[in-house]
Amino acid sequence: MDKKLKSWQELPCGAIITDMGAVKGNKTGAWRSMRPIWNKEKCRQCLVCWIYCPDSAITVKEGKMVGIDYTYCKGCGICAQVCPAKVIDMEKERK
Amino acid sequence: MLKLQDLAKNKELFSSGHRACAGCGEALAVRQILLAAQPRPVVTTMATGCLEIFSSIYPHSAWQVPMIHTAFETAASTAAGVEAAYRFYKKMGRIEDDIRIIAFAGDGGTYDIGLQGLSGALERRHRFLYVCTNNEAYMNTGIQRSSATPLGADTTTSPAGKVLPGKGEHRKNIMEIVIAHDVAYAGQTTVFFWRDLATKVQKALDAPGPSFLNVLVPCPLGWRHQPSDTLKLSKIAADTCYWPLYEFENGRYKINYEPQKKLPIEEFLKPQGRFRHLFGTEEGAKVISELQRFVDEQWELLHKKQALFSGPRHCEGEARSNPVH
Amino acid sequence: MILAKTGNEAFAYAMKQINPDVVAAYPITPSTEIVQIFSSYVSDGEVDTEFVAVESEHSAMTACIGAAACGCRVMTATASQGLALMHEMLFVAAGLRLPIVMAVASRSLSSPLNIHGDHSDSVASRDSGWMQFFCETVQEGYDTLIQAVKIAERAYLPGLVAIDGFILSHCQERIETFTDRDVREFLGKPKPNYNLLDWRNPILIGPATLQDYYFEFKRSEIEGMNRTLPIIQEIQEEFGKRFGRSYPVLEEYRCEDADAVLLVMGSACGTCRVAVDRLREKGKKVGMVKLRVFRPLAHTLLKKILGRFKAVGVLDRVDAVNSYGGPLFTEVGSVLYDLAERPRLFSYVYGLGGREFAPEDAMTVFEQVLSGKKDELVTYIGVR
Repeated sequence: MDKKLKSWQELPCGAIITDMGAVKGNKTGAWRSMRPIWNKEKCRQCLVCWIYCPDSAITVKEGKMVGIDYTYCKGCGICAQVCPAKVIDMEKERK
Repeated sequence: MLKLQDLAKNKELFSSGHRACAGCGEALAVRQILLAAQPRPVVTTMATGCLEIFSSIYPHSAWQVPMIHTAFETAASTAAGVEAAYRFYKKMGRIEDDIRIIAFAGDGGTYDIGLQGLSGALERRHRFLYVCTNNEAYMNTGIQRSSATPLGADTTTSPAGKVLPGKGEHRKNIMEIVIAHDVAYAGQTTVFFWRDLATKVQKALDAPGPSFLNVLVPCPLGWRHQPSDTLKLSKIAADTCYWPLYEFENGRYKINYEPQKKLPIEEFLKPQGRFRHLFGTEEGAKVISELQRFVDEQWELLHKKQALFSGPRHCEGEARSNPVH
Repeated sequence: MILAKTGNEAFAYAMKQINPDVVAAYPITPSTEIVQIFSSYVSDGEVDTEFVAVESEHSAMTACIGAAACGCRVMTATASQGLALMHEMLFVAAGLRLPIVMAVASRSLSSPLNIHGDHSDSVASRDSGWMQFFCETVQEGYDTLIQAVKIAERAYLPGLVAIDGFILSHCQERIETFTDRDVREFLGKPKPNYNLLDWRNPILIGPATLQDYYFEFKRSEIEGMNRTLPIIQEIQEEFGKRFGRSYPVLEEYRCEDADAVLLVMGSACGTCRVAVDRLREKGKKVGMVKLRVFRPLAHTLLKKILGRFKAVGVLDRVDAVNSYGGPLFTEVGSVLYDLAERPRLFSYVYGLGGREFAPEDAMTVFEQVLSGKKDELVTYIGVR
């Protein structure tokens, strides 16, 4: 999150946002009370968890799931619920 | 046929870091729509609501496409202005790209306060896609009933109390209202059926006139269900025929999903806290039975429409395109 | 070119010459003809404008905002209930700093319904962040609508140009118009702040702000309006040099040695000029001060000009119900409050619902202001 807030003179003319990357500063992973644990070995790479994650927190590279983005994962548990191979388990968030 | 591996090659145009509730169906719908829309360049508008709030609190924008928000009832009328600007630039030769315009609004901004603007924009045949992300109540202001709320649902303005068992009216049929405008394409879908949703998005965006999608998006907070159940409920909605997946194109109705086994409406209602009060009382049972009757009647009617309007278009010719523009 | 045009016809003609990119408008008396006449220009191919015949004034302003957000030069026209209906969107347009220009045939607000001219509609929107110009004649309306486009685009603020409903909108005047080329050269090309259709560089327009940022955005918008007066004066000068006609923000008519003056906006200025002349013939030292720009409010000029008179009668063609006097009266009172020596201020409300305001009425007002005696706070002229 922004540490320093802008003064009115520093704002753009008109209520607009031009920095489309700033949202990445909002680390919604901090919301979690449960965390998904992915069993990589058993994963069939069907990508069903990827298409159903509301937060784009399933990382896919070159057509393959490579992991879960814990910076943003909110722990909703959808991925665990939809996985046809049941390779994602929900655990209590440790931190 | 669309494959997940193909979609996975596209960019995530709805970024992580947005403030939707865990398990939010609406966030998922928007993400899926923007994945499906690629590679077409897309410019978007949205109504005030959950989506607007969780995706655009200054200085954060989850949208990686151009987006304008003006007010609650104005997703369609803003899109109309954007479309007019686009037509102007095209006419003057200042734009060459084939840009698509998508307006996003909830059921509040579509069925109720935004209905006038939607009707006007459809009637004038602006070429844009209007997406209603439908969670069946005014969720952002704290779960108040809308005309999309189903019979018997407990909302804060149709609460289940000692005398009244939740909302007293059936939901409005927005698809029929939109179809009455003779749109180029209209479709009803939900987030579980990602291929159906993606196909419809692409058909809608490529349609030669105004198009509309009614997307059911479960809301863990408003419907009172587990966040992890969002997709399960989305599927049951279609399997109970509570939320038929169908489309209107070229004057024809087409049902896109026939459940192998049609489930009783209770299967949809049971996992949701907003219907809990209907279980275990005589009055509640009456409401459930009326809901079942309504769902069955609509499902049967839809089949009749499919049969009736399945032949060649009754007035012949192709899908109505913009006659002037 | 010399033409005979009503206010509406002159507005539509000016719009044709401006040739805006997009016009989204809805008909309402007494501004309907502006939209109608402009539609025929569209149908006859005399303009390049994309005309959107929206289904309500609220959608008119919204579509204007959508188009302006794409960098288009956008105009519209309305009045009364229509202006009231688009009220929430006026604030949106100003907050987004979009240079939309709106022609208004100023009319009363219901209930009861009345289609005739007064300033209720425009003045009710005075806090919206829009610039507001009140014209005395059809000629001034034509000139001002053209100027307003340039002013709005420099100030990055929307502006409305008001002519009194029916009194100016429907009455024919001899006006001098410019060539299309002159108008377009004067205006040049718009220089938008941003363009939604530039999809390769996406932006988000109209975010939500929490308690941490809303105030700063508003402060910035207010500053925008604060800096607008010099822009208006500069463009006024440029217009004057190029076209030979100019209108000061505040105009003094025969005020040099006046014992009493009236402060007026709109067509009643013409009426007051006649009254001043007649009274001057009788040896009375009276004058009129015409306020042409209501927003931004030229407080420095108001202090300077009004401060030297003994008595000022402020005419309002609108009443802010149970405010301390009419709207212009309260604003001027506030402006003059700190002066060590300030004039006596009298509040007059006239002409509501198109009620006739004749030179005789103005003369009566002058006599009262000269006498320095007024029993009630607000004198409602001509009410039975």
